[in-house]
Amino acid sequence: MTESFIGARIGRFEDRALLTGQGQYLDDIHMAGMLEMAFVRSPHPHALIRGIDAGKALALPGVHAVYSHADLAAVLTADRIPQDKGGAKFPDTTWPVVLPKDETCFVGEPVAAVVAESRYIAEDAAALVEVDYEPLQPAADCRDAAAPGAPKVHLEAKDNIVAEIRADYGDCTAAFAAADHVFAISLKQHRGAAHSIEGRGIIASYSAVGDEMTVWASVQTPHKLRNGLMELFGVDESGVRVIVPDVGGAFGGKNVIYPEDVMVAVAARLLERPVKWVEDRREHFLAAVQERDQYWDLEIACDGEGRIQGVRGKIIHDQGAYTMMGLHTPHNSAIAVPGPYVVPNYRIDVVVTETNKVGCVPIRGAGYPEACFAMERLLDEIARGLDLDRAEVRRRNLIPADQMPYEHPMKTREGTPTIYDTGDFPACQVQALETADYAGFATRQARARSEGRYLGIGVSNMVKVTGRGPFESGVVRVGRSGRVSIYTGAMEMGQGTKTSLAQICAEHLGVPPGEITVVAGDTGAVLHGIGGYGSRQTVTGGSSVHLAAIEVRDKALKVAAHTLEVSERDLELKDGEARVKGAPELSMSLADIAKALSGAKGYSLPKEVTPWLQSCVNFRPPDVTYANAAHVVEVEVDIGTGGVRILRYVMANDSGRLINPTLAEGQLVGGTVHGIGNTLFEWMGYDENAQPVTTTLADYLLPTAAEVPNFEIIHVEHPSTLNPLGVKGIGEAGTVPVAGAVISAIEHALEPFGVRIAEAPISPGRLIELIAAGKQGS
Amino acid sequence: MTETRKIEMTVNGVRHQLEIETRVTLADCLRHHLGLTGTHLGCEHGVCGACTILVDGQAARSCLMLAVQADGAAIATVEGLAGDDGTLHPLQQAFHDNHGLQCGFCTPGMLMTLVEFLESNPDPSETEVREALSGNLCRCTGYQGIVAAALDAAQRMRAQAVGLS
Amino acid sequence: MKPPPFHYHDPRSLDQALALLASRDNAKLLAGGQSLMPMLNMRFAQPDDIIDLNRIEELSFVRHTEGGRIEIGAMTRQRELADAAVIHDRCPLMCEALRHVGHRATRNRGTIGGSLCHLDPAAELPVVAMALDATVHVQSRRGARTLAMAEFPAFYMTPAIEPDEIVTKISFEPWPAGHGAAFVEFARRHGDFAVVAVAVLLELGGDGAIHRASVVLGGVGPGPLRCAAVEAAVTGSRGGSAFQEAAATCGEIDAMEDVHASSAYRRHLAEVLTHRALDTAFTRAGGERAS
Repeated sequence: MTESFIGARIGRFEDRALLTGQGQYLDDIHMAGMLEMAFVRSPHPHALIRGIDAGKALALPGVHAVYSHADLAAVLTADRIPQDKGGAKFPDTTWPVVLPKDETCFVGEPVAAVVAESRYIAEDAAALVEVDYEPLQPAADCRDAAAPGAPKVHLEAKDNIVAEIRADYGDCTAAFAAADHVFAISLKQHRGAAHSIEGRGIIASYSAVGDEMTVWASVQTPHKLRNGLMELFGVDESGVRVIVPDVGGAFGGKNVIYPEDVMVAVAARLLERPVKWVEDRREHFLAAVQERDQYWDLEIACDGEGRIQGVRGKIIHDQGAYTMMGLHTPHNSAIAVPGPYVVPNYRIDVVVTETNKVGCVPIRGAGYPEACFAMERLLDEIARGLDLDRAEVRRRNLIPADQMPYEHPMKTREGTPTIYDTGDFPACQVQALETADYAGFATRQARARSEGRYLGIGVSNMVKVTGRGPFESGVVRVGRSGRVSIYTGAMEMGQGTKTSLAQICAEHLGVPPGEITVVAGDTGAVLHGIGGYGSRQTVTGGSSVHLAAIEVRDKALKVAAHTLEVSERDLELKDGEARVKGAPELSMSLADIAKALSGAKGYSLPKEVTPWLQSCVNFRPPDVTYANAAHVVEVEVDIGTGGVRILRYVMANDSGRLINPTLAEGQLVGGTVHGIGNTLFEWMGYDENAQPVTTTLADYLLPTAAEVPNFEIIHVEHPSTLNPLGVKGIGEAGTVPVAGAVISAIEHALEPFGVRIAEAPISPGRLIELIAAGKQGS
Repeated sequence: MTETRKIEMTVNGVRHQLEIETRVTLADCLRHHLGLTGTHLGCEHGVCGACTILVDGQAARSCLMLAVQADGAAIATVEGLAGDDGTLHPLQQAFHDNHGLQCGFCTPGMLMTLVEFLESNPDPSETEVREALSGNLCRCTGYQGIVAAALDAAQRMRAQAVGLS
Repeated sequence: MKPPPFHYHDPRSLDQALALLASRDNAKLLAGGQSLMPMLNMRFAQPDDIIDLNRIEELSFVRHTEGGRIEIGAMTRQRELADAAVIHDRCPLMCEALRHVGHRATRNRGTIGGSLCHLDPAAELPVVAMALDATVHVQSRRGARTLAMAEFPAFYMTPAIEPDEIVTKISFEPWPAGHGAAFVEFARRHGDFAVVAVAVLLELGGDGAIHRASVVLGGVGPGPLRCAAVEAAVTGSRGGSAFQEAAATCGEIDAMEDVHASSAYRRHLAEVLTHRALDTAFTRAGGERAS
């Protein structure tokens, strides 16, 4: 029995370079003759652009060009950024512009681009560009913006409504009429921006010889960027190559094509010199996508035992000034509320409305954290209303294990049935509760209370869609040196994708995973790919590599069997060679097999094999697969300051079969801390005129090591039936249930004051207000 | 107006002489003038800690210093941590062994912060490690692996020190 | 986010620095750089000249004068202060406050003079200086003068010094051995500027009652705020309910409001933290609670 690499806690092969300062991130790349870009950004949330005078900027030594909308037509086929629309229909005015022609629609929107010898000079010059603005009334709050007669985000638009989404099944009207109890809540939810520690960044280099553009970009989806630039420049796949260097985190912020990306390419094309732009932190605050605001009005109906009869409500979703990436976030929020629970009747209506703020797209969790929070708040309402234990209410409503696979009455975003393939949601909750000693909490709480300390415990359950297709590319190739390489459209942004894929591949090819080269994020290496988002890569890319490695193995064994004149069944791949089991001296190296298959003379090949020791598989999952989790958190609230301290955090998570549990834990903890940020710290503030007011990391608070605990993780592994590895996604699994559990725990701690929390994030100041209000009310 | 100065500094034991614009930050000088791109810029306003280096043995944000201020100084960056033979520093090894990094962008700042911290506090508690790291932001790991790595490295370095004495 | 162009000067003596400062119209003094450098990188500050004080050795010292006062040179780094034996022995308030000041990497560079002159409303060191009734020593080519710390803040983030003046040191008389000190703050995260901070110094008489008190709040107004009402209310008391009543006078404060905290929340924190700091300082002074 050979050791299995799948499931092994193997240290990452990515680490060494990154630990020694030898990583190569976008801004580490230098090129001869390279120029740098800076942007002139709108200081107004909404304004007409009456004119742009670049005279002073152009006169500054070291400045090469200043571009505005008028310069685009010379090289671009369009002045709006292409994106896959799918079936969705939006007004044309919501389509993101490369640079605005005469109307700017959010603070931080690029209005002109400056190219200079250095970033320092480019910023000097950007400050000298004179833009004549005529300020217009902005639409700031999405609730106001959705109302008739509100100031319009785009003057030419009919109104600010981008879309209305309805998710429904069953008969809510009847269910609510017949229910024993109905509870209503209104929620205000907010999530900030991605804030990878490395900002966005891009370098473009154009060669007139061959009319070729090479782009290096810190992105999650290089093929999407390539496809967009192809369309804009009117070339095919051979005209643009996108290469992704080391990526310093992404989390959704690097998953769209931005104006800055296009402008760097435009400048490189016009100047025929390499041009670089690196997003600084202020630009990330102003002009990188956010998830931002949703306002929910919800009702839940249940019977006398707290069993859910129906959920209905409305959401107003803030889309920002442009629709940068479809309706994924609001749609997810609309359909994800039932999650792991049985909800027989359902109707949610979403109004997606524009505001004069930067565009909103999915950030880690993608609308699911909001939906989960809404559901968990409703369940707490039932518990309170019926005087039931909160975990018990959840137990009564979780989908029983014997109903798996469970066909949910909800339709997916694509209109297909929602089927939870595997999992045991009630058991997951039980494990989390037992590990957290939920049963003993009352004693702990009472003891603390006697010391004047306020403890609370919260529990939440979630289901997250993962492994979205349509496919991911996986090429496994053995070169003439015998070196095994993987080429994929899946991306490495810190998750350890390269190590995981190498583990999967090594399982079949008998070479150590550390000796496998993984090329991820190069459109020149793989023609088509999808990329890194939505907890999808191990499911899709991993399965492709798995299947491709098997094909390569089979082919290698065929050739070796033919050459060694033995049966394939007698051969094994080990230590880089095909050898006869029990007689290892009879062998043929992978290098020789690769040579035989790549045209080397002197080898005889079996008739049925095709040339090249390579396989390309684009695994197309038959359906998405669903990860699930139960989180239990214990908190202490300082009722003097409103400060919240997390005392203990336990999660039971089922992401199917794990390729590398250590990496899985890294994803879960990182995701959960992102959720803690969203719940307790992060707030992207805008004032009533849509001016951003938290534009430094001293004002927008990311959690630090001192604010978070050690997390206890229980892996529950119900393999998915929808892919050959049995894996489910994990990247967002940690984030989704956090607000539900933490807010419930805080509310529980503050029960003596009658505190009810209907918002996330919650700040200490707000908690003090709620405590004061509760004291007054009691 | 381009005002430059000639400066001299030692970086990881190597002496550098260069002429540099006076407004260039030390971080940009290391990265773009000396090619030491292991020091990263995450915020350029002194909050994220990614650009932390040692200046004359003390941790400092290199985005909050001008290069000219380092004239005559001895600088240590992440590139100087591993041995000449490529042996990882105990901290680097502990980060690898404890999955203390994901995207790796904050890692150099974490390492340099901890180098100084563990020198002054070779046997820290978990709380002390968490407080010592609170000036360094990480968006990937949730800090658990980093804290484990710091404690693990401290133990290794103590064992090493005992072995040496 | 790159600094705008400026002329850079790094004088080696205070005299050189004063001469430079007097001869420039739009100059900024660069101390530890932990506040000015972000302002430069963000181009919120656009000086024509930067006068770097980091090479002026005569501005960096911590010493005990013969008159019994403690003097701290303006360019003394927060890290050096925290390590200084005289501060450790004679000024526990400052030691405790320094633990809340930023992070090690910022304390290694940041200076006391820089903290005082930047005068962030929530910064810890100005609160400490006010609580200690420190004297701020400033100098220009026109001569030297002193200001009481109480007069030092002119308005929001602006000290009451002239454009040609440099803060050279602060001095204060340490409280006698046996006094009780407490620095308590609430910040959203470890190392952040406080939302509200409070410094308390208490000295007990032979009868165990408080006979001298200093209570100063940070984060509630544009500068540190001395709470004379609290001081008056606790003087003569032996803790207990007197502290609660004293702290309650913070409810009258006209606290500032910004994106991080409402005026009401700041008032509330002022009351809660003052109460906690009084209790701690009283215990540290060896006080025994009146029952």
